[in-house]
Amino acid sequence: MSASDYLSATLLIAGGFFFLAGTVGLLRFPDLYTRLHALTKADNVGLGLMIAGLAIQAESWAVVGKLLLIWGLVLLAGASVAHLIASSALKQGVRPWKK
Amino acid sequence: MEKVTLLVMLFDVLLGLGLLWLAWQLLESRDLFKAIVLFVAFGLLMALAWVRLDAPDVALAEAAIGAGLTGALLMAALAKLPSRDTSESLADEKGYWLLRLTLLLVAVGLGSVVLSLPESAPGLGAEIASNLASSGVNNPVTAVLLNFRGYDTLLELMVLLLALLGVWSLGRSAPTREKPAGQVLTTLVQFLTPLLILVAAYLLWAGADAPGGAFQAGAVLAAAMVLLLLAGWPLQHLLSGWALRLVLVAGPATFVALAGLTLLDVGLLAYPPQHAGKLIFILEVAATFSIAVTLAALFLGYRPRASNKESG
Repeated sequence: MSASDYLSATLLIAGGFFFLAGTVGLLRFPDLYTRLHALTKADNVGLGLMIAGLAIQAESWAVVGKLLLIWGLVLLAGASVAHLIASSALKQGVRPWKK
Repeated sequence: MEKVTLLVMLFDVLLGLGLLWLAWQLLESRDLFKAIVLFVAFGLLMALAWVRLDAPDVALAEAAIGAGLTGALLMAALAKLPSRDTSESLADEKGYWLLRLTLLLVAVGLGSVVLSLPESAPGLGAEIASNLASSGVNNPVTAVLLNFRGYDTLLELMVLLLALLGVWSLGRSAPTREKPAGQVLTTLVQFLTPLLILVAAYLLWAGADAPGGAFQAGAVLAAAMVLLLLAGWPLQHLLSGWALRLVLVAGPATFVALAGLTLLDVGLLAYPPQHAGKLIFILEVAATFSIAVTLAALFLGYRPRASNKESG
């Protein structure tokens, strides 16, 4: 394995860790808003790390561009949908969790 | 290499078990909303399973139509249902055991059919490959859908149209005007709509040589229209009356017209090889628009009337 292989392996594992943490948060956090927070963290950072890990292995810059496009679209959709879910929950009277 | 194949096999087994588990959960769910969410998750995993089976064409269709648009249609239908007591499940009703028995018999029958299949069937792959040159396209799936078995696709288009006629004949009127969408949804839709149109055009064009084609492109275009409808764009006023009907029948009508034109020359739903590529492309363009507008109209759920030049 070359240095770039080690680098992408590290990035992929770090991305996997964020997905795991996000899933644990989704299952364990107390209310809708905190769960959304956990989920979008996993989607944004975890996927970003994975994309970075895969981009190192990519054959051409076109593939890197496609990977970045995927990440950008997920960022855009994830952030917007999280906002929509949270704001409609607030309007329906779902109270944020307080300790 | 050993470890990699083991990992891949583990992934496939997990995928298969996950699909079965999701199917069970969504059928058992008493909460219809939860069932729809599980159905969409099921569709996405199913698309992944098709990718694992080396069927990217089916995977694209499953993700776009099976998970995406059907999910949106189910959600729209759920919103129109009167809210019902979810503690009352189908399982408590009389005659449910009869349904279970029937389903069990179907499952056993299907299982025995699958088990009695010959272990290696030659299929029609070789025959299609040897005739691909005369089909006008380079993607075997598109060649089958639009040339070798064109009438299947024609009938599929007709079925979609019939479904829409069924929805329209229910005669629901337009819902009361909803409040305009927020800034976030509007901005998201403004970003995504041009991109979705581009993707649809690409899928349509790529269909001749690679996975893609009219159904996938139509589904992506329909997704853009559903998004626009959700964000409060008055698509139903922009496209209604005769214009709407013309777009709806464009696909099937082009199909039938071409079949009529080539009937005496080369036979029913067959094309002269030297023009096949162009004819198939014309068909696919017409079918894409028809499929997209039909699916979006199904989501809308009622027949839009021509705007009467009201104050707004």
